[in-house]
Amino acid sequence: MYKRTVIELDHVEFSFNKAPVLMDVNVKILEGDFVAIIGPNGGGKTTLVKLILGLLKPTRGHVLLLGERPEKTSFRAGYMPQYATGEKGFPITVLEAVLLGRLGLTKKGPFFSNADIQKAKEVLGLVGMAGLFKKKVGDLSGGQLQRVLLARALVSDPEILFLDEPMASIDVGGQERLFDLLGRLNERMTIVFVTHDVGLLSKYVKSVICVNQRVHFHNAPEITKDMSRLLMAESCPMELVAHGFPHRVLGKH
Amino acid sequence: MEILTLPFIQHAIMAGILSSIACGIMGSLVVVNRSVFLAGGIAHAAYGGVGLAFFLALPPLPCIIGFSTFMAFLIGALTLRKRQRLDAMIGVLWALGMAIGIILTDLTPGYNVDLMSFLFGSILTVPRSDLIVMFLVDAFVIGTVIYFYKEFLATGYDLEFSKVRGVKVAPLHLLFLVLVALCVVITIRVVGLILIMALFSIAPYISERYSRSLFDMMIKSIILNLFFVFLGLYLSYRFDLTSGATIILVAGSFFFLVHIFETCLSLLKG
Repeated sequence: MYKRTVIELDHVEFSFNKAPVLMDVNVKILEGDFVAIIGPNGGGKTTLVKLILGLLKPTRGHVLLLGERPEKTSFRAGYMPQYATGEKGFPITVLEAVLLGRLGLTKKGPFFSNADIQKAKEVLGLVGMAGLFKKKVGDLSGGQLQRVLLARALVSDPEILFLDEPMASIDVGGQERLFDLLGRLNERMTIVFVTHDVGLLSKYVKSVICVNQRVHFHNAPEITKDMSRLLMAESCPMELVAHGFPHRVLGKH
Repeated sequence: MEILTLPFIQHAIMAGILSSIACGIMGSLVVVNRSVFLAGGIAHAAYGGVGLAFFLALPPLPCIIGFSTFMAFLIGALTLRKRQRLDAMIGVLWALGMAIGIILTDLTPGYNVDLMSFLFGSILTVPRSDLIVMFLVDAFVIGTVIYFYKEFLATGYDLEFSKVRGVKVAPLHLLFLVLVALCVVITIRVVGLILIMALFSIAPYISERYSRSLFDMMIKSIILNLFFVFLGLYLSYRFDLTSGATIILVAGSFFFLVHIFETCLSLLKG
């Protein structure tokens, strides 16, 4: 079956203040994939996602998202960042925060439509936040806030979903439930998620991108020899143990 | 109560209402965007517009509108290019705008008593023509904020996410600065340049902690500003004090009272 390419990075290089963060990145991701981006902290995982979404411009090379420049297509993607950039005390309700995910789809003018509000409530129910619509976002717990950010990413029915450390403030049971939800969503959208914890390669993951200044792409849910070498090169070795679902993380060496 | 029938008092009341509304709305946006210093820069740079108006013998309000809009664009261009030391650059424009204003007034033959009214405000001498300009600017600010409310909310809460959603953040930021500039212009008459920041920051600061949404915060800020302006106005009339300074003193006292009240409350809760 023909699958279209949803993400393409061609000889991409990114430097910050002349210090290279990512070098010579060549990645092609096909529709329907479930990709885990792994690597040590400071290795460039979030930078890679921001390049794909057009939030950062590559120093060299070019990036295509859904076949076009990310500035043009990023509104067709869902994005769940690690944090919202606004301050914690920002006066915004849960419902409003989720509705912001409808921007780019909703009509111009002052108000969100009833369809937008209906959709936002539906997605909040999906992530288990029904009944908390009117709560101020600043009063939520860390786990609840992450669920709101996930709902905000899902409310636009994205073709491709990006999640940056979605498991950070969720307990193990919650992580399993989140993966089950992502597994179901993967039937209709491509999923790309960032994690620093290799143990979190679940049964749903179909391929792995390993980032540590350089990038390795592997079209199977395991860590190859090249990848482990890339990871070990840093003085910050990762925990290469799989837990939870019985699953091989390290390939045969 | 018969003072309410005096035309200059009626003008003062109108001017107070119009500035309270504009400052409540724009002040809320300024506070949630952490742009109080930026707004201060535009407000003080606007003084250059006052000097220019005197020097060229032009009507002050349109001249200040032009000058401060120009300053807003200049500051906007600096912010958008993510210049390092942005706060220092704003400080430069802040000082430079005021200096230009003072030099231009120096060069204008004859000392202008009216100048003081732009520094400290003179709500009791607002002419009818200014009221009309204030009304038009107010309507423009309200209309624009309502129309772009979703976008202002999005960029204030999460700038990066807004970019991903395709919000044109650069033009929106410039629009925000121009609205701040316009708001500054109409407030100049009421409390003056030096004290403008208080109407901009005190009410929104207090309101934010008791609001669940940005809209909520705007409404509460407007109500608080109205309270500050009218209580200040009454006290300045009663005790024969400078009206602008009295308004700010009322606002400032309220700010500290709220703080003391909250501290006591949290102590009681243990």
